[in-house]
Amino acid sequence: MSQRNPAASSMSAGLFEGSTRTVRSLADEEIAISVENLDLYYGDTQALKSVSMKIPKQRVTAFIGPSGCGKSTLLRCFNRMNDLVDGCRIEGAINLHGANIYDRKTDVAELRRQVGMVFQKPNPFPKSIYENVAYGLRLQGVNNKRVLDEVVERSIKAVGLWDEVKDRLQSNAFGLSGGQQQRLVIARAIAIEPEVILLDEPTSALDPISTAKIEELIEELKEKYTILIVTHNMQQAARVSDYTAYMYLGELIEYADTMHLFTNPREKATEDYITGRYG
Amino acid sequence: MKEWWKSGAPWIWLNGGAVTISMIMVFGLLLLILVRGFGNFWPHGIFETTYMEPGADAPVRVIGELRRSETLTGEAMRSAGVDIPEDQVLVERHLVKMGNRDVTGRDFGYFIDDFMDEWRYPEDITVLERREWGDFLGTPLRLLENDVTVAVGDSLWPEFQQRLERSNDLFDEIRRIERGAIGNVNFRIERVRLDERRAELRGTTTPELEAQFAQRRADLEAEYRVLEERLNRLYDDAARDSLVLRVADGQEVTVRLADIVKAWQPNNMSIPAKVGFYVSDFFGFIFGYPREANTEGGIFPAIFGTVVMVLVMSIIVTPFGVLAAIYLREYAKQGALLKTIRISVYNLAGVPSIVFGVFGLGFFVYFVGGQIDQAFYPEALPAPTFGTPGLFWASLTLALLTLPVVIVSTEEGLARIPSTIREGSLALGATKGETLWKVVVPLATPAMMTGLILAIARAAGEVAPLMLVGVVKLAPTLPIDGNFPFIHLERKIMHMGFHIYDVGFQSPHAEAAEQLVYATALILVLLIVVLNLTAITIRNHLREKYRAEGD
Repeated sequence: MSQRNPAASSMSAGLFEGSTRTVRSLADEEIAISVENLDLYYGDTQALKSVSMKIPKQRVTAFIGPSGCGKSTLLRCFNRMNDLVDGCRIEGAINLHGANIYDRKTDVAELRRQVGMVFQKPNPFPKSIYENVAYGLRLQGVNNKRVLDEVVERSIKAVGLWDEVKDRLQSNAFGLSGGQQQRLVIARAIAIEPEVILLDEPTSALDPISTAKIEELIEELKEKYTILIVTHNMQQAARVSDYTAYMYLGELIEYADTMHLFTNPREKATEDYITGRYG
Repeated sequence: MKEWWKSGAPWIWLNGGAVTISMIMVFGLLLLILVRGFGNFWPHGIFETTYMEPGADAPVRVIGELRRSETLTGEAMRSAGVDIPEDQVLVERHLVKMGNRDVTGRDFGYFIDDFMDEWRYPEDITVLERREWGDFLGTPLRLLENDVTVAVGDSLWPEFQQRLERSNDLFDEIRRIERGAIGNVNFRIERVRLDERRAELRGTTTPELEAQFAQRRADLEAEYRVLEERLNRLYDDAARDSLVLRVADGQEVTVRLADIVKAWQPNNMSIPAKVGFYVSDFFGFIFGYPREANTEGGIFPAIFGTVVMVLVMSIIVTPFGVLAAIYLREYAKQGALLKTIRISVYNLAGVPSIVFGVFGLGFFVYFVGGQIDQAFYPEALPAPTFGTPGLFWASLTLALLTLPVVIVSTEEGLARIPSTIREGSLALGATKGETLWKVVVPLATPAMMTGLILAIARAAGEVAPLMLVGVVKLAPTLPIDGNFPFIHLERKIMHMGFHIYDVGFQSPHAEAAEQLVYATALILVLLIVVLNLTAITIRNHLREKYRAEGD
């Protein structure tokens, strides 16, 4: 263990002030997903270099790092969103329930039902609030009104949006504010009961109050779901996550308990980044 | 100066000037069509005067309506052989509509202002719009019933009005029987003939069947005879009354009331009466049937044909264009081949429309239509059913013509859908197809409507290819009527664009036709505006429905 860095400790003192949490260890966690030697190429460029990590179940894992470090690319590997990119090639494995999701036999649609995703910009469909949340279920052939009503209500309640929208479920989702839209999109994702939720910079397009609401929500959601979040905001990573991975130029530099990583980074590069000395 | 140049002001002036000139041209054209088109229905005054050219024996009496006046040089008139004094520089001459084509053989004439006497507007000059031979201008003298005078003087006009109404009611009745009932009987007789022929071709003719056909035919013929008899009675009835008028040269002419559509005394009409006449004339033009080689009467079949053709075209072109665009944008592998296809499609929009017409005639009408006839309508041969130009082929040719517009618009619409929305759907476990049909295509509907709007505007105004593939000068029947199967895709139709060409430039009575051309052009412009406004309303509704925040 390296010597405690005064700068890092002063910053962490602010971040974790009043926190009662203890440093956890991955060894004690139940593992939801394991990444093994993942390489990803866009044409000739290698965007991810031999990434290996274990994602703990029902915890929040944050990915931080400078722009272009591959954190979003890595996140999109978990539900195979990179399949949509022309010329994208992947080697290695990501295991979910002991099966490699990059296996030929994997049903991608089924995988995406297990691994939900929320994007940077709120992207509700041009449909009513109700139909947005019911969309995933309808895709699975659920058209029973009672079931849909129940799931829609439960999902919207889970994201704390119910009181704001219960009287206008049939109106267009575009009528909601950005923060409300983002919560609606999360409700849409959890309506189909995934195991894992991927959040790709979910608050970067939102105002501080909406951001705070989303962060609270993440705290609640981890009771049930395994959450992976990409963020540019280190305070946010420190606030919401249990584990943090620091990535740089396509490599996983350091991956540890959040408090540990922020207060006592193992690597010099991590320390430079979190103390703002990077770039 | 240099400062001014640098400030960018010249660019603003240049661009603004271009816009101004375009606007002036567009609005000038519209204004011309509006003024001339709407002016056509106004009951203009009829003047009476005497006209004496130098060297003529006696003055000629002229009754007519001033169509337009023009000022020419005396020089030009002298060289045209008109006796104009040497020192006169300018000559004004008038084009006068005199009517009475059947009496004088000359319904329009030029008259030089200097040789005309004072213009008077006698109140009893009457204009008769006739079913044949154009308008009749004269002074009514007496009303005859079976060649016996029944009214003269003050009681003449009211009595005439009353009897004209009766005669027009009779005519409507005759029309109804001829077009409706007799048309229907003929349609069924033809059906029997075709059934018989079909049985013959298939070799399934039996004596019982033949007896059945003979029975059906006899029944229909009996039905026809009843109608014919009724028709003859009506014709006799309608021939009862006639009106004697004096024309410009003093001759007395008898006009049967059955030949008169409408009569009015323009010099005796108040302004409200003229407005009322104007409105009824305008609607008569829109809802009436053409007469006299299209130079008289209304243009209803042309309006109807144009609308039906555009609608059928829209029904054909929309699904094809949208499906093709979705394939090109969403499924096809981007590469050199796709690029070639796309360029070809875009260039298709630039192919002269007559080429589409020739293609439509050669491929659709003769080849496809011929095959259809042999396969499905052998009993009608050698008379072709689909192997001849008709509504369906016209619509199909136009659909082909407007396909690129719909494809391009739809593709652009699809390209504008943000990828985050697609990803949102895919991330919920939707397949590509589900994402496309449930999210992307609905969002692109406004763009598809834009394509359709452009297609409609182009199709409604197209003429050249239609002349080859289904539009005719005069169609005896409408493409939609009460006879099964109600929409007759094989029938020939009338079309407003072609109507303008035909009336304006193929008509023997150019002067009579001129105003009709403006009026028809006006209705065509209004029709396109109405079609477009409908489509734009639908598009705005869709846009509102799928409006994204900040869009």
